[in-house]
Amino acid sequence: MNILVCISKVPDTTTKISFTDNNSKFNEAGVQFILNPYDEWYALVRAVEIRESLGGEVTVLNVGRADNEQIIRKALAIGADKAIRVDADPADAFYVARQIAEQARAGSYEMILLGKETIDYNGSILGGMVAELLDLPYISLASHLDVEGQTATLTRDIEGGKEVLQVTMPFVASAQKGMAEARIPNMRGIMMSKSKPLNVVPPVDIAPPTRIEAYQLPPEKGQVKLIAPDNMEELVRLLHEEAKAI
Amino acid sequence: MLSKNSLPLHPQSTLQAGHKAAKSDLFQGVDYYQIDELLSTEHKLVRDATRDFVKREVSPIIEDYAQRAAFPRQLIKGLGEIGAFGPQIPSEYGGGGLDQIAYGLIMQELERGDSGIRSTASVQGSLVMYPIYAFGSEAQKHRFLPKLATGEWMGCFGLTEPDHGSNPAGMTTHFTDAGDHVLLNGAKMWISNAPFADIAVVWAKNPEGKIQGVIVERGMEGFQTPETHGKWSLRASATGELVFDNVRVPKENILPGVTGLRGPLSCLSSARYGIAWGAIGAAMDCYDTALRYAQERQQFGRPIAGFQLQQKKLAEFVTEITKAQLLAWRLGVLKNEDRATPAQISMAKRNNVDMALHIARESRQILGGMGITGEYPIMRHMMNLESVITYEGTHDIHLLITGMDITGLNAFQ
Ligand SMILES: Cc1cc2nc3c(=O)[nH]c(=O)nc-3n(C[C@H](O)[C@H](O)[C@H](O)COP(=O)(O)OP(=O)(O)OC[C@H]3O[C@@H](n4cnc5c(N)ncnc54)[C@H](O)[C@@H]3O)c2cc1C
Repeated sequence: MNILVCISKVPDTTTKISFTDNNSKFNEAGVQFILNPYDEWYALVRAVEIRESLGGEVTVLNVGRADNEQIIRKALAIGADKAIRVDADPADAFYVARQIAEQARAGSYEMILLGKETIDYNGSILGGMVAELLDLPYISLASHLDVEGQTATLTRDIEGGKEVLQVTMPFVASAQKGMAEARIPNMRGIMMSKSKPLNVVPPVDIAPPTRIEAYQLPPEKGQVKLIAPDNMEELVRLLHEEAKAI
Repeated sequence: MLSKNSLPLHPQSTLQAGHKAAKSDLFQGVDYYQIDELLSTEHKLVRDATRDFVKREVSPIIEDYAQRAAFPRQLIKGLGEIGAFGPQIPSEYGGGGLDQIAYGLIMQELERGDSGIRSTASVQGSLVMYPIYAFGSEAQKHRFLPKLATGEWMGCFGLTEPDHGSNPAGMTTHFTDAGDHVLLNGAKMWISNAPFADIAVVWAKNPEGKIQGVIVERGMEGFQTPETHGKWSLRASATGELVFDNVRVPKENILPGVTGLRGPLSCLSSARYGIAWGAIGAAMDCYDTALRYAQERQQFGRPIAGFQLQQKKLAEFVTEITKAQLLAWRLGVLKNEDRATPAQISMAKRNNVDMALHIARESRQILGGMGITGEYPIMRHMMNLESVITYEGTHDIHLLITGMDITGLNAFQ
């Protein structure tokens, strides 16, 4: 089984968010970056599990600059066999999808997996774009993935229940909670990751179709108002007049 | 769009709940001087993996085990799997083949969880695997090291005796020649891991009166390992005695590569080096806990972190931790180049453990009454560090080592 897993780098969940350049650029100073959890915990680990039971190869793909090698090394330490880094700034989703599609075409992958979203931009858009560019079926938000021969069975969590569906390879799927258990890389894996191939390739030269104008932080949280339990009227008034919730 | 709302800023968010990690362990590393930039990608991966392991496996259970004075044996398998046993031993013998800084960072993160867990790993890697690797025969290395690396076999290190602690040269445990085997007699005390260890690396006097290492295996007749009870420190680590009553040890279990005090002392150099890093972990956990608490706890209408007296403590903690990090890092560089002297290691062990114990005591006060409970890790770290400042050479003995190194005069005798 030849599996491509797309991985991205995101700020650690405890990051204090700020912006520069007139609020048009995320301020990376002092920010700790991690491998996007949905890519790592679910897509990558499931790919490695499938490789462990059926053989084949897991390739991780990242669009980013050289300082992304830490997260790529982590993916290799967890068990990916090799890595490709497209040496470019991941300007926007379409730009990244084009780069991924280009690399996917160059290999012959039976599955292309990625996380359901990145925890920074939460776009949830890449999987669909990649599938479209490659003219492949796309299964989003999969919480379970089993493989038999050239058929995969996936479970999607839908409102109030589950949907189980089958698809013939190749296909693209986005992974979410449930697909696998997070793995902690061990020291041996970390050592071995040093000698696994990491191929740095130039990007396809296209202009990103969108441009970020500005970011905005949500308004500061106001003071909490405490209301005595017996003062129901005041609570109702505040919910109606101030919070406009009722 | 990237916004404060879109990032799960709190570890208890749904995202993290999907991960088995960190229910309430909010720990974040301390890096006031961008010391991370001195570390390689590999170092950071090793550190973060160990931190994840501790958050997932150690933090949720450790307080309970410490309160009950029980060793969490179920952690051994996981410690072996991530590679916490003998990470600095070459991979051909089952070790991790990592450098000294990576080893130090593993000890730091384990001790951030609990000094007892770090002790178990220190003993296994530096005091059991290291002497077999450095002084053992090829057959001994192949027989013991791979199983010790996975944790399938656990080891302990017997140097201290009831009447010989700071002065191990005076030891009375000894063995006599009896043909194809030797007969071992004597007793060791305060031995970490002894109650459950499968093997013991025991330092005893050979028939010529020189100190030599022997590997004693559980089940050998006349060998017992009674547990030491009633400890207020390292409660989640098992400590015991080793009692040898005419134990028949085959000659192939004698470590051929070294005689004299140099043998055990070189093991101690390796373990003490790890403790210099480990203590930083305990200190960081206390600082991290106290800082968080001080920012949240309100008295007199404001967070106690706003009061000068509390700020003095917190500011001094982060200063001392930063100094200790630089000391440990530089020592690691020297150790990687095989240039770290035992006296340099003594300085780092003494300074960093003292620093950690001081921070534990002071940060406990920041938490007021809460500080004495098991709700927070500080009091456990504080009690643990009382052992750490005593074993592997006491605080005083390390000072005398520095004193002797700079004056050339021996103040021990
Ligand atoms: C929890 C725990 C786990 C341990 N694990 C192990 C283990 O796995 N293996 C092992 O071999 N040992 C182990 N030890 C033993 C430890 O290394 C010894 O306790 C330590 O070396 C001190 O020896 P002692 O307790 O006999 O104290 P002593 O040597 O009796 O010292 C008592 C006091 O006298 C001071 N002192 C001694 N000599 C001098 C001097 N010349 N000048 C000035 N002051 C001096 C000391 O600094 C100390 O303050 C462990 C100890 C503990 C508490």
